[in-house]
Amino acid sequence: MAEQPSATTTTPAEVTLPPGYTYASITDKIANIVLTRRSRWPWYLTFGIALLWMLAFFLACGVLFLLGPGIWGIDIPVAWGFAIGNFVWWIGIGHAGTFISAILLLLRQKWRTSINRFAEAMTLFAAGIAGIFPILHLGRPWFFYWLVPYPNAMSLWPQWRSPLVWDFFAISTYLTVSLVFWYMGLIPDLATLRDRARTRTQQLVYGLFALGWRGEARHWARHQSAYLLMAGLATPLVVSVHSIVSLDFAIGNTPGYHSTIFPPYFVAGALFSGFAMVLTLAIPLRHFFGLHDLITLRHLENCAKVLLATSLFVTYGYLSETFMAYYSNDPFEIYMVENRMAGPYAPIYWALIACNVLAPQIVWWRAARRSVPVLFVLSLVVNMGMWMERFLIVVSSLHRDFLPSAWGMFIPTRWDWIHLLGSIGLFVVLFMLFVRFLPAISISEIREMLHEEKA
Amino acid sequence: MNAYGLLAEFKTAEELVAAARRARAAGYRRVEAYSPFPVEGLVEAVGDYKDRIPFITLIGGVVGGAGGYFMQWYSAVVAYPIDQGGRPYHSWPAFIPVTFELAVLGAALAAFIAMLALNGLPKLYHPLFNVPEFELASRSRFFLFLRYDERPQGMREFLTSLQPLCLTEVPR
Repeated sequence: MAEQPSATTTTPAEVTLPPGYTYASITDKIANIVLTRRSRWPWYLTFGIALLWMLAFFLACGVLFLLGPGIWGIDIPVAWGFAIGNFVWWIGIGHAGTFISAILLLLRQKWRTSINRFAEAMTLFAAGIAGIFPILHLGRPWFFYWLVPYPNAMSLWPQWRSPLVWDFFAISTYLTVSLVFWYMGLIPDLATLRDRARTRTQQLVYGLFALGWRGEARHWARHQSAYLLMAGLATPLVVSVHSIVSLDFAIGNTPGYHSTIFPPYFVAGALFSGFAMVLTLAIPLRHFFGLHDLITLRHLENCAKVLLATSLFVTYGYLSETFMAYYSNDPFEIYMVENRMAGPYAPIYWALIACNVLAPQIVWWRAARRSVPVLFVLSLVVNMGMWMERFLIVVSSLHRDFLPSAWGMFIPTRWDWIHLLGSIGLFVVLFMLFVRFLPAISISEIREMLHEEKA
Repeated sequence: MNAYGLLAEFKTAEELVAAARRARAAGYRRVEAYSPFPVEGLVEAVGDYKDRIPFITLIGGVVGGAGGYFMQWYSAVVAYPIDQGGRPYHSWPAFIPVTFELAVLGAALAAFIAMLALNGLPKLYHPLFNVPEFELASRSRFFLFLRYDERPQGMREFLTSLQPLCLTEVPR
């Protein structure tokens, strides 16, 4: 069917870029958010609340360092509690940023251009916060550098057969590559800010970070070549990172952990929660900074479609997990599944099914996926659902494994909650600072798209 | 001569590509073109460019991967062998994840550093920054720059014949 531009379905918000913009006006619009716009009360209010939670997080970390992980609800048999669940949740959220910036770039999905920059920032902050949790969980966090292979007086080396060591390498590589990729994309925009800045401080700071970028033709060619290669590298990297995270579980023989579906199941869950977080961030961003014509309904709709697709992947994971338990005929696996559905943590299981399997089905309905409030609420529901999934994976397998005499319960303490909510506060603080000090939308890529649309 | 070269300003990307082609055709070797976004065909028009980034990235990846594997082999077989449930010391399948991660890390860092080094960045001072109009190179305008190093005579006339928006002499 040929695409017909019909007046009934195509509104101006439908296209990726509205007409009427020039290179100059689009540059000024995005740059002025950072350079000249004064923060208004919603920004201060959000930032203030998030800052308090961030301070609570640091306080909780201080208490943890002082008293040890006994302040959390963890004990034997459930030695992995919120910290590991939070780790898996945060790292998963980060993955959508890489997916948008790398995989959609390679697939030449033009609509990614307005959302990739802030999605990459989201990746960076989420992965950084994720990296904190395993260290907090160590018990003796000051020894975390023992994971690094370095020549030491004890002549010790890391245990290369341990997934925890793989994890350390995966997370630190992921953080480094995400940072470099993000910064490389930022350099031309930092040069724009340097040239548009009117105060000395702004000129100095943006000028330093722009590294003297001038936009020469050969520079652009090398920049594009390196950027594409990095996208190609980030694509298998993002799949490998969450696969390795899942191996932390799958290598162990605990019922419910020991499963070959874990790597793809974790990666799908990561994209699912990540796209939910992209929506959670994009909707307020476009609202408060008036970016409706850059982050359009089409972007939100596309994110919602990815959300639906990944929700179906995750649903397949839930079904397959249950099927495999019965198919294996292993009594411990079968008990684990039944305990998950009807045991003490059953309400969480059914809540996550409602959030992750049922709620996203609303996206099939066109009016719902074009309604901004519906998408915003859905994104929060999915974020919550995915957190419950991570929690349940960690806790429900551990609390009743093989011997009934070794069973136990995990009940979170107030410090568990402060660490979780405080980490969200830290994330929001970082993101609020990002939107005030760096261009949340890639200016040079928008200019390039404008040029292509004109041609 | 105290000046560095001549800078011509253009309104569209197409004009810049055409101007760069004509400058090459007129025999100028060192043609520099500045644009606010990557323009297709511009690097071919200015010429004198070879993309060495992919090769350097490959080297970075190979060094990272091979170095990572060697590190694990050396530590698990030579420096600190541990008998773990009778598995061979050189248990290569378990070494794959770290090898892969370090290969990606090496390649990514090589791509980034090569991009900066070959572009001569960071370079916080450049004579072009002395030209006030050059601020627009990161916003909306397109610039062609020729150095006085080669054939300064007739350069102004040549650039004027390209009909730029304005023509500026760049002090050193």
